[in-house]
Amino acid sequence: MNSIHDMGGMDGFGPMVIEADEPCFHNEWERRAFAITLAMGATKQWNLDQARAARESLPMLCYLQAGYYGIWIEALESMLKERGLLRAEANAGSLGLKVLAPEAVRDALLKGAPTEREGSVKPRFKPGDAVRVRVMNPKSHTRCPRYLRGKQGIVDRYHGLHVYPDSHALTGEENPQALYTVLFTGHDLWGADGSADQVSADLWETYLDASPIQS
Amino acid sequence: MGAAPIIENKAMTTAHEHSDRPLSDIEIRVKALESLLIDKGYVHPDTLERLIQTYEHEVGPHHGARVVARAWTDESFAEHLRADATAAVASMGYSGRQGEHLVAVENTPEQHNLVVCTLCSCYPWPVLGLPPAWYKSSAFRSQAVIRPREVLRTFGLNLPESTQVRVWDSTAEIRYLVIPMRPEGTQGWSLEALAGLVNRDSMIGTAVVSR
Repeated sequence: MNSIHDMGGMDGFGPMVIEADEPCFHNEWERRAFAITLAMGATKQWNLDQARAARESLPMLCYLQAGYYGIWIEALESMLKERGLLRAEANAGSLGLKVLAPEAVRDALLKGAPTEREGSVKPRFKPGDAVRVRVMNPKSHTRCPRYLRGKQGIVDRYHGLHVYPDSHALTGEENPQALYTVLFTGHDLWGADGSADQVSADLWETYLDASPIQS
Repeated sequence: MGAAPIIENKAMTTAHEHSDRPLSDIEIRVKALESLLIDKGYVHPDTLERLIQTYEHEVGPHHGARVVARAWTDESFAEHLRADATAAVASMGYSGRQGEHLVAVENTPEQHNLVVCTLCSCYPWPVLGLPPAWYKSSAFRSQAVIRPREVLRTFGLNLPESTQVRVWDSTAEIRYLVIPMRPEGTQGWSLEALAGLVNRDSMIGTAVVSR
């Protein structure tokens, strides 16, 4: 979705604020917000792509003013409500929810949630291929930033088949796709106005077309 | 960008945390939500404590610093890191959430690397812990891909024009760890001493390592 979260290249967000000796959490509510978000995620009522979609769907001013963990709480509440999890009669027992036990935390964190999947689908591109990012403007979740759409790049690396966030967020289907690091020149992205020599992003095959233009 | 950074020291503010002031809206809201989730059995209170403990006190940039120090001193490890950073880093005991697919990117005199997540705040948790507020800020997310040299200058890092700047936007679950250049005059240093030099910002790309 073309919402405010997709901010690569935007101006106007003010000077960087760098805090000396910044603590991991600035206050107790941030600590709790972090923990309840991760623990609720472990009940698998939504996937990570759906969680990102929920944050991106917040009204623009809310997103900009809530602060980092404020966004997490707004989105968490929204997802809980959407799924009826806050209703009086809803609870882990009645819903048959899997709850993350304290003794299982360490292993769960060490394992994480890899997104690579086995499959026989052959990648369409290989390192060195010239590609052009498709012009696309889905209203639903995507990980194709606006600043790259329509731009010409070179495939830098192939990462295997990975869960495709666009479908994973929308329908829950993993739909694994070939994932590539694609390299762009700063000049192709920004003209004479940027100071990056090169920018790369990790893009799924569905975001890309073969480009006839060889640089 | 172009304005000077605002460098704050919030130590004084957090000292007032425990005074008898009324709770703010967000504090009440989070407390209420947490109680509700516990009451409904969705989350276990000890699970919450374990999650906080892990990221506040256990996982952090000292992990990444050890990876860097080892890469500097052990060429076969450096090769492993290039071939399969996830496995190489896992061999040191660091793995998992938000680091399932790691790539190590080495700084050279020719190329300086900077990592960002323009779309949210993706960051290699197993080796760096949780990201600092500036990394998650709209200012950094928006400017890093278009004006990285200006961003670096904000951090006091002035790179020569002859050094190319490459920005890595973490748009998928691939997570990037910058391997900064080893400073001169550190030959023969112990792994511990070397790791002690490696600051968190040098592994994101907003700093370099010096003696």
